[in-house]
Amino acid sequence: MALAALIYILIKIMIVLLVLLTVVAYAVWFERKVVARMQSRWGPTRVGPHGLLQPLADAIKLLTKEDITPAGAFRLIYLAAPGLALITALMAFAVIPFGPSVQAGGIELFQISDLDIGLLFVLSVSSMGVYGIVLAGWSSNSKYSLLGGLRSSAQMISYELAIGLSLVGVLLLSGSLSLRSIVESQSGAYWGFVPRWNVFPQFVAFLCYLTAAIAETNRLPFDLPEAETELVAGYHTEYSSMKFAMFFLAEYANMVTVSCLATVLFLGGWQGPLFGPDWLQMILPLLWFSLKVLGFLFLYVWIRGTLPRFRYDQLMAFGWKVLVPVALANLVGTSLWIALKYR
Amino acid sequence: MYPVFFFIFAGAAIAFAVNLLIQRHPIYSALSLIGVMASLASLYLMLGAEFIAAVQVIVYAGAIMVLFVFVIMLLNAGEEERTHRSRLVRHIGAPLIVMLLGLITSVIYREFPEDAMVRFGDFPGQTASIGLRLFLDYLLPFEVVSILILVAIIGAVVLAQKES
Repeated sequence: MALAALIYILIKIMIVLLVLLTVVAYAVWFERKVVARMQSRWGPTRVGPHGLLQPLADAIKLLTKEDITPAGAFRLIYLAAPGLALITALMAFAVIPFGPSVQAGGIELFQISDLDIGLLFVLSVSSMGVYGIVLAGWSSNSKYSLLGGLRSSAQMISYELAIGLSLVGVLLLSGSLSLRSIVESQSGAYWGFVPRWNVFPQFVAFLCYLTAAIAETNRLPFDLPEAETELVAGYHTEYSSMKFAMFFLAEYANMVTVSCLATVLFLGGWQGPLFGPDWLQMILPLLWFSLKVLGFLFLYVWIRGTLPRFRYDQLMAFGWKVLVPVALANLVGTSLWIALKYR
Repeated sequence: MYPVFFFIFAGAAIAFAVNLLIQRHPIYSALSLIGVMASLASLYLMLGAEFIAAVQVIVYAGAIMVLFVFVIMLLNAGEEERTHRSRLVRHIGAPLIVMLLGLITSVIYREFPEDAMVRFGDFPGQTASIGLRLFLDYLLPFEVVSILILVAIIGAVVLAQKES
């Protein structure tokens, strides 16, 4: 592999990481503002216009807090767990396509790498994300952390199954694991105006995926493992300053990952009406992608501001007894339809 | 280039495996085993079997090892005690193991000529072709394995039931 190609890939990675970390920081701001408005209050308004510099203030606060390590914690694992959570949260962006296949000088502009098994890569990275949480909960040597960590990771591995099963329907329709070809198989329109996005034939799978993804990222209404009234703060009780910030970043980065995946797999990725001059037509796909991801993030925040949380046994029962059978039924139905269509 | 990667990942797999044996606390052993799985997945990837590599990470490192880690945490397994029984074992055992490994290596080098060794990219298995083989040629073993897993699940449910 030529050195120049390696350097270009590193530049792409740095740009994606910069954009992603900014999006994550402002997702926190967005959530605070929207939840506040839903609760008839203002949210952050003092730091900068409309509180836009609040993430900066939060970052400074978290960086300068005292760094405490509890006595009796397993130091090596205690220090490595937040890093593991953040690394696995960020790694999924290596395969997500942000725009159409545009090449400048032989390098893909809008995707870091187009793996043939892109979807499996994202699933494998999110499976490894469970370790950050379970090891953090255990290594803190505290009851709240242990219980929170075990509950959270049990929830995550249960809903990973529902996610995987609901995605198989999409795979059957598009015939490829590569994310870019899945998006490209959603081009065109039914009857001229309804876009051929996977959300229409796979509506059940879409709902299944969204619900399971909210549970996978430990967000309300599935956030019992980190609820303050239940377990102090769950698996990140004993973490302070930058390590806590890494868990926070990892949670919101997981949210953004799931939103990007939902856009790419169900909503047609970057596809949308193209108009205007050439340079505008190059940027418009990125705009449509960002708007769709923003829509999903708003949905996440909206659900958080509206619904009460599930009890843990209700949560696990819902995952195993409702979502998995529904996803399996969707799989059977889709396979039947494809078999009858191509007999 | 590729031999460098091979030695890095194979060396990492061996190092993690040796670490698994040496560590006293079971959680570090479990984490070393995860490292072994990840190194093996990288080796599969270099051979060209990308589906197998992804499935190795998802199933082995992401599900089976999570259960290992759960069990270690829930049973609160502590550090194991070392009983310093016999120095003879330590002083003769380690050289004997090295000799055994050297013997196996030399026999392998002598028996298999250079061009029978596996090359990188030797097994390009597109996921579609794996799926076709699995459901067309190997359908019976596939169904038998799924019955086996069903038996294991039923056994687990029976064992975990309360006595009533």
